[in-house]
Amino acid sequence: MPRLVSHPDEVKIVTRRFGMGAAEIDRYIELGGYESAKKCLEQGPEFIINEMKASGLRGRGGAGFPTGLKWSFVPKQSTKPKYVLVNGDESEPGTCKDHLIFLHDPHAVIEGTVIAGLAIGAKTGFIYLRGEYRYLIEIVEKAVADAYAKGFLGKNIFGSETEFQVIVQTGAGAYEVGEESALMESLEGKRGVPRIKPPFPAVVGLYGGPTVINNAETIATVPHIFAMGGAAYAAVGSERNGGTRLFGISGHVERPGVYELPMGYNLKKMIYEVAGGVRGGRQLKAVVPGGSSTPVLLPSEIDLGMDFDQVGKAGSMLGSGGVVVIDDQTCIVEFALRTISFYAHESCGWCIPCREGTDWLKKSLTRFHAGFGTMKDIDNIQYLAENMMGRTFCPLGDAAAMPTIGFVKKFRKEFEDHLNGKPCPFAKHVEVALV
Amino acid sequence: MPDVTFTVDGKKLTAPAGTLLIDACRKAGIEIPAFCYYPGLSLQAACRMCVVRQEKVPKLQTACTTQVGEGQVFVTESAEIAQARKATIELLLGNHPLDCPVCDAGGECELQDMTFKYGAGESLYVEAKQHREEQKWSPAVYFDRPRCILCYRCVRMCGEGMDVWALGIQSRGASATIAPNGGDHLDCEQCGMCIDACPVGALTSDTYRYKTRPWEMNHVATVCTHCGDGCKVTLGIRQADNGTDIVRADNRDKSGINGDFLCAKGRFGFDFVESPDRLTKPLIRNAAGTLEPATWEQAIRHVASKLKEVRAAGRAIGVIGSNTTTNEENYLLQKFARTVLGTNNIDHVRSTDYPGFAAAMAGHDHRAASLRDTQTAKAILLIGGNPTEEHPLLAWNLRTNFRLNQARLYIATDSPIKLERQALMSLQLPVSLESGGYESLSDFLGGDDNALDFGAMDDVIESRPTQTDTVPTELTHAKTFREAVLAEDSLIVIFGEEFRGAAIQKLVAWGLGKENVKFAYLGDYVNSRGAADMGLLPDLLPGYVPVSEPGAFGEEYANLSKQPGLDAVQMLDAAGRGELGALYVVGADPIASYGVDPAAFENTFVIVQDIFLTETAALADVVLPSASLYEKTGTVTNSYGDVQLVKKAADKAGVKTDFEILVRVAGGMGIDIKKLVPFGTTGKGGVTADMGQSRGAQSGEADRHAVWLTANNLEPRLSPFDPLAVLDEIQRLLPAYQLDRLNLFGGNDVPSQPGFVPVSDLLAQAAHQDVVLPAHDGLFTSGTLGAHTVALTEIRQYQHSVSDAVVAETAAD
Amino acid sequence: MSTESLSIFSPQLAARFDALVEKYPLRRSALIPMLLYAQDEIGYLSDAVMEEVAERIGITTLDVRNVASYYSMLRFKPVGKYNVQVCTNISCMLRGAYDIFEHLQDRLGIGHKGVTADGVFSLEEVECIGVCCWAPALQVNYDFHDDLTNEKVDDVLASYRAKARSEQAEGGSAHA
Ligand SMILES: Cc1cc2nc3c(=O)[nH]c(=O)nc-3n(C[C@H](O)[C@H](O)[C@H](O)COP(=O)(O)O)c2cc1C
Ligand code: SF4
Ligand code: FES
Repeated sequence: MPRLVSHPDEVKIVTRRFGMGAAEIDRYIELGGYESAKKCLEQGPEFIINEMKASGLRGRGGAGFPTGLKWSFVPKQSTKPKYVLVNGDESEPGTCKDHLIFLHDPHAVIEGTVIAGLAIGAKTGFIYLRGEYRYLIEIVEKAVADAYAKGFLGKNIFGSETEFQVIVQTGAGAYEVGEESALMESLEGKRGVPRIKPPFPAVVGLYGGPTVINNAETIATVPHIFAMGGAAYAAVGSERNGGTRLFGISGHVERPGVYELPMGYNLKKMIYEVAGGVRGGRQLKAVVPGGSSTPVLLPSEIDLGMDFDQVGKAGSMLGSGGVVVIDDQTCIVEFALRTISFYAHESCGWCIPCREGTDWLKKSLTRFHAGFGTMKDIDNIQYLAENMMGRTFCPLGDAAAMPTIGFVKKFRKEFEDHLNGKPCPFAKHVEVALV
Repeated sequence: MPDVTFTVDGKKLTAPAGTLLIDACRKAGIEIPAFCYYPGLSLQAACRMCVVRQEKVPKLQTACTTQVGEGQVFVTESAEIAQARKATIELLLGNHPLDCPVCDAGGECELQDMTFKYGAGESLYVEAKQHREEQKWSPAVYFDRPRCILCYRCVRMCGEGMDVWALGIQSRGASATIAPNGGDHLDCEQCGMCIDACPVGALTSDTYRYKTRPWEMNHVATVCTHCGDGCKVTLGIRQADNGTDIVRADNRDKSGINGDFLCAKGRFGFDFVESPDRLTKPLIRNAAGTLEPATWEQAIRHVASKLKEVRAAGRAIGVIGSNTTTNEENYLLQKFARTVLGTNNIDHVRSTDYPGFAAAMAGHDHRAASLRDTQTAKAILLIGGNPTEEHPLLAWNLRTNFRLNQARLYIATDSPIKLERQALMSLQLPVSLESGGYESLSDFLGGDDNALDFGAMDDVIESRPTQTDTVPTELTHAKTFREAVLAEDSLIVIFGEEFRGAAIQKLVAWGLGKENVKFAYLGDYVNSRGAADMGLLPDLLPGYVPVSEPGAFGEEYANLSKQPGLDAVQMLDAAGRGELGALYVVGADPIASYGVDPAAFENTFVIVQDIFLTETAALADVVLPSASLYEKTGTVTNSYGDVQLVKKAADKAGVKTDFEILVRVAGGMGIDIKKLVPFGTTGKGGVTADMGQSRGAQSGEADRHAVWLTANNLEPRLSPFDPLAVLDEIQRLLPAYQLDRLNLFGGNDVPSQPGFVPVSDLLAQAAHQDVVLPAHDGLFTSGTLGAHTVALTEIRQYQHSVSDAVVAETAAD
Repeated sequence: MSTESLSIFSPQLAARFDALVEKYPLRRSALIPMLLYAQDEIGYLSDAVMEEVAERIGITTLDVRNVASYYSMLRFKPVGKYNVQVCTNISCMLRGAYDIFEHLQDRLGIGHKGVTADGVFSLEEVECIGVCCWAPALQVNYDFHDDLTNEKVDDVLASYRAKARSEQAEGGSAHA
């Protein structure tokens, strides 16, 4: 069972009820649950969207798109039903925050879904969890059933004339399904291949109806925003980056875990103070700041405020908030290989640059790491990754290419050290068995 | 959509707003490369080859999904774009087998072409390539997985285009692969459209695999010989010991009446041409009563003298023509019968009632729908038949029209058909073929609520959810159907042999009463319509001119009798009574068709021209081996009256065209051939050209000269064996066949008009007996020809076993 | 579908499927959950499973196969009663996942996608399973085990082995 951690610097908003038994509906209500939904039901869509905009909440799924703005894109009138879709596919390596939300506070997700539905005029919300989270799906399903029993969901929510249904859906193993349009395809019972955009989901989404799709953490944050007020929430974070974020710190640190810290919190502090520093007193070699698809940062680059804008300026991305810490005893070539193997495994195969590019990079890096590389390979790897960038059907291609380029550029020396039959100085030979 | 103006590579272009950039560019002559884009099929944006730069947009955009808008600025060729395309090709080639030297698509491969253009000559990829054995998915389709570039054209062609959905995509990432519905085999219509759509050599056909290289073939565009739709087909020809071989059939330039389309018969059913059963020597029945090979000289002399003898004796002669010979041959045959043999005893095995259709349409120009119309019409009423099986191109057109234009299709049949999937409404009629009760639908459409006897319908149709077994439900539905049809402001009514004679009259009269209604009447064979149009009928001259009032024909044709002759059935009856002196059969098998006792011919001299030893040929006195449609030149007319050019593709040693045989027989009978075939300078039509214009020119140029000459009626008809001399006469005498020659010779379909004969002239057409004998060939059968194609037979047996397996499975569980 | 008697699924699962297909705006949305639950009961997606699922939803078997083959949790061959899935992705790798994976190979005597002779265990290397902060981790069927060490792995194996034994003693079926 995932253990909870805590640190004095934390600002517990989303994690406020973690470890307090809030998965039980009565306990959730006792802790102030469903008050925000009631308030939103009374106040109406305009109020909801204004408050969301004021909160400065930006999507926690990776791209950081302002949530209030996203909701405002949904047309008011629509001949087709509208939908809310909660993205709980959480599959980006280094990311396990939604896991804790579903485990400790499933009703926050349900309540947030109701509020999103009220904001856009949807009658149905879907909560899609990755298939591996079976035990969490059971928890969420029970929570949904309890909410129905209390009349918080159904034909007349909270005794009003408003209808809202929630359906919990399971995935079956596919990272790409986390991409919003692929998620809709999957929910419609199809292969998880993304859709051509435009049209965007806000206009044509699930079953052809206007759809708002948000990350589970984004949605779980929503009730808290209405509990504390949008402006108050915004004030917690940094400029244009409202509130807190669940940072999952993993890898070579003393105290890995999911910490809720204000947006803009310093990365160096996060590693050395919050997470207790590099494990075993070793030296820091590199940090992947926001899940496996974000370009690596060197130790010299980590004196950095962790919000979307500052990390972007530093040449990487805040992504899913999964901070992966790498110590000096790690082979970067191996790390790059393991990263690209993941993307090769998860590429949906739809478009040529991604399907062939990830496969090619994986094979080259496998050979390279095994000690059979040439100098030209280093250039080829970079050339190919650069040629994937911006050319693929969906951002998965970029997600594979970006870190690869980062590794080759920032650790070229280490790549060169693998040449001329020199074995990897760090690890034993790793063969990735996944196919 | 209003037009918008935008800029591509510095050029100002205009197109309706929302047009796809790739289409707008192609129209303007700016070629944008693409693997996955295929006009008319759903968009994929998967190959990323069509990337272009759009002003003010950060990333390269795909031209196949970008809709043009006012003021947009695009660049389609630049160093950046070329690099993007090159990189994509490099990635593709990384795991591609590069077995171009043995690949069927070599020389016709879009991947080769693009590699050539964008250059990815250096291999950056040193890993071992994934090899996978080629897979045989059916007798028609093979799959070479390593060559597949995953453009999904085949999947969409099969699903969206054919509505068969037999191909899928399985696994993901680099393991993703195209897979057939049977797991390791295909259970489908075997149309081969997937092969055609494949831009590389991943899908290949058994009939063509490893046979030749594209550049070793000559490509001849002609017309498929198998059904009444008459698809344009390009035959790939190679030299062989005994003439030439057809090694492939497709519609490679996607031109002509069928655009993308060909069915299994058109694509694979050409090998009858090489069947060992082909007749290659004339046969004469010897004293011992057996057929014995003879020379052409002997055979023609024998036929000519016998015919003269019978004619001199004043005995009746009958002539039965063909549904698969050309218009020129059919015309010549009836002219030969009427002017040389002096008889109106001429007919063909009628698969449908075209004379009845012509009578109904008489005097109404522009009310006949061409096959092309079915692809654009807003509303179509299909009555009877099952186009998916019997008229594959029509079915394709209806599906395409539904998919791309949301055409409204109304279907009224006596049993469910697959096209109902595209239908707005369908009506199951309480009739059966036997009862001929389709006729009552006309009454019902005309307003008679009691015309359809739903009470007689004992089978309750499960498929219709509203169905209860009470009559009113059915009637209510039928009325709604009628209302919807009547509300259409334009309509094409398509029907077939279920309607004959008076029934056609009634249906057409109903439709003529409405504005903007057009008709199409379906027949079975490639030139069934042409046989009727050209007057292979005892009572009607070419163009359905009654023999009793022959008009211009009276002046042209010497000895023309005004008495209608015997129809085919009557001729056979006459033979049975010993009253038929000779029977001349061209490309038909009346004995098999009408089930006649061979003994009936004891006192009849029987001559058969055919490509196979049919039942009739087997008891003939003389058998003359003729050329198939793929071995001759001329024109044919499809069910819809669209005329197309047939071009000689193959050559078979020993055979002659029916045209040439007839001319030679006539010559043997001492006839002035110029009267029969207006060739040379004395012919009434056709102006002779100066041959010097094309003589000495390089061959390609000579061809072009020929096209120009023929288009301008300047054909140098120096030979009596040139069928086009007869086409001149047809055009001169038949108002319906005023054909646009430039288009015809350019390989396009040109419409004829059936509404040509003034109504009064047809009054003479009293009711006569119904001699229609529908063929109802399906997807894998095609009369005698079909029985002699190994490829089709194999496919038919295969599909049979696959479907049997399905039946067995369901029975088992 | 009213063919319950013909169903290859247990009456409970068949009833669940009957409800599931009605739950969504489109029946087809039930496809992926159905495949997963069918796999839980039958052990893998046999042809018969895919045929029945296709029929229940009203799509072709080819279509079911197209979808099923896309998702990595769905499989077309039986696995062990306890399918051990070891994450070796970055966070786990940094904390010794490959050692854990090797240890498991030694202990079980099988490799990636192998099944033990007694059919009790199968082993698989998988992508990130969403427990990165408690790495290294693995899943046995749907149960997570995290913060692993070789000793902990041995305990985990032992507990499942015991479970298998006791179930066998009770005569429990493989995938009840
Ligand atoms: C390949 C790929 C995988 C993704 N995976 C996830 C995911 O697992 N969870 C998630 O919330 N968003 C994921 N996203 C982002 C979503 O597409 C989408 O932007 C997000 O769910 C929107 O929610 P937000 O605005 O609340 O961030 C992924 C995107 C891509 C391109
Ligand atoms: S088989 Fe051909 S048409 Fe089909 S996806 Fe592959 S390359 Fe494209
Ligand atoms: S990397 Fe192992 S669970 Fe995420």
